[in-house]
Amino acid sequence: MKRLLAGLLGLSLGLAAALWWLNMRGDGDLSAAPFEANDPALVARGTYLARAGNCQDCHTPRGAAHYSGGRGIPTPFGTVYSSNLTPDVQTGIGAWTPAEFRRALHNGRSRDGRLLYPAFPYDSYTRISAEDADALFAFLRSLPAVAQPNRPHALRFPYDTQLALAVWRALYFRPGRFEPQAAQSAEWNRGAYLVQGLGHCSACHASRNALGASRNPTALAGGLIPLQNWVAPGLAGQPAQSVAALLQRGIYDSAALLGPMAEVVLHSTQHLTQPDLLAMAVHLQSLPQAETPPSRGDAPTPAQLQRGAGIYETRCAHCHGDEGQGRSRAYVPLAGNRALLHDPPANLVRVVLGGAFPASTAGNPRPFGMPPFATELADEDIAAVLSYIRNAWGNRAAAVQPLDVQRWRSNVRP
Amino acid sequence: MAQRLLACTGCHGKDGRAASDGYHPRIAGKPAGYLYRQLRAFRDGQRPYALMSNLLAPLDDAYLREIAAYFAALQLPHAPPLPSRAEAATLRRGQGLAQQGDAARGIPACQACHGKALTGVGENVPGLLGLPVDYLNAQLGAWRTGARRAEAPDCMAQIAQRLQPEDVNALAHWLAAQPVPAQPTSEVPGPAPMRCGSMDGGR
Repeated sequence: MKRLLAGLLGLSLGLAAALWWLNMRGDGDLSAAPFEANDPALVARGTYLARAGNCQDCHTPRGAAHYSGGRGIPTPFGTVYSSNLTPDVQTGIGAWTPAEFRRALHNGRSRDGRLLYPAFPYDSYTRISAEDADALFAFLRSLPAVAQPNRPHALRFPYDTQLALAVWRALYFRPGRFEPQAAQSAEWNRGAYLVQGLGHCSACHASRNALGASRNPTALAGGLIPLQNWVAPGLAGQPAQSVAALLQRGIYDSAALLGPMAEVVLHSTQHLTQPDLLAMAVHLQSLPQAETPPSRGDAPTPAQLQRGAGIYETRCAHCHGDEGQGRSRAYVPLAGNRALLHDPPANLVRVVLGGAFPASTAGNPRPFGMPPFATELADEDIAAVLSYIRNAWGNRAAAVQPLDVQRWRSNVRP
Repeated sequence: MAQRLLACTGCHGKDGRAASDGYHPRIAGKPAGYLYRQLRAFRDGQRPYALMSNLLAPLDDAYLREIAAYFAALQLPHAPPLPSRAEAATLRRGQGLAQQGDAARGIPACQACHGKALTGVGENVPGLLGLPVDYLNAQLGAWRTGARRAEAPDCMAQIAQRLQPEDVNALAHWLAAQPVPAQPTSEVPGPAPMRCGSMDGGR
């Protein structure tokens, strides 16, 4: 009995030690190194990098002071509130050292050593170089200080405990660094560095497991973003020039970026340099394209198609054309548009219900908007017209059911 | 521009002349500064209405200004008001508040800021006529509860909090029953009774 107890005690001590080690490794040297926080060149570089990382979007609630924190990030485990990144000493990061900031980015730990929630995507940021981390820090230190205490997260038990977070990190988080691939070009490596690091594309464009960890984050195969209920499409294999133009303008050729990605274009990608956008696009194009699984669900019935065709003619053809051909620089074509074929068809349903504008950008300052039909069309009508456009002009996909429309209506309810 | 802004006129009616559903208000001819503030307030969450917030989220200030200027410049004739379903006493109460206010409760007349003709004043103060009764009721109610806000000092919020629900209803019914004069005037009876953050010019 004694031996059993001793064994159990030893085992738990061993597990605790492993857990401790798995969470502490990669901390780096926290001693203060000389740092010129006011170096204008460093601040300028940090400003650019913060845009590349779109840090402002999560760290600024709508209408609040920039980077003052408190925006709620909904997760299946509760709401995580972003923190104040302004240089206020009491409530922001005014007392932080560059090394402590690097540790937060690279190892997901706060100044006081507490483990941070991975809604702050340090599983991506761990690949940011030390130089870029310092530039980001210099930029944040240049902002006006805002006294705004951080709002406690509203997470359910046990997700609200540091122990649960430690276990999660032991299972799913490895501190790392970006390792350039010698066989690839400098352009490809620059793109990979931005996509996998600061850009944190995998936060939306990789699916997550039941505990919220990204599955195969570098493949960017896409999936339905939990709670937001937008499909982030797979990013592999698209022509690089078009992708770079799309990220810069918000609409290009046969594609428009809508929903959360339109905000990313507005605040982030439109401000990136042409070489950086192209590098990201070159990297994405090279990713192996996953085989598209055959569309699930039933084909639409002839009655549904007929009803859909009638609605299309009166409501949609005016802009999108009789043959779904669209109009250059204004209305995306629907014929042959891969965004129409996603399963589940969340994006289509949400765009028809709530309407949408692409981002206003330097290249497209006055975007054309799609009107909302939430109050105009019933669930059955929207399901019918979407089933029709998913199966007209050479498109082929499963029918959209009225239940799908009803499911996503709550996302656009005023 | 009309083609670009079909997203707006889908609900607000052709050229922004108001929808037939009796709720989505007319936006044509409202002051540009006022419209721009509302667009920003929807986008930035001061006016909570998810559909508008989501729709405007990817648009920058420059485009919002252009959208506001476009609708402000559309001068369209108004349809005559529908006959009011409200009782005469209710309408009298509304008229009194709109034209005289209630000094005892610190409520200025609507006319004091929105103009003698109640058709709006300058770039930032909107007209109150030609709007659906349900919309007026909802907006005054939202000012009262704090769901609708403006820049500090938020004069409309202060005034609305002094209104009783019966006042809101009376004002909404009386305002909705008034015809819009063919020649709007921006004359005000005297100096503004309160300071308003939203009247200090566009941000």
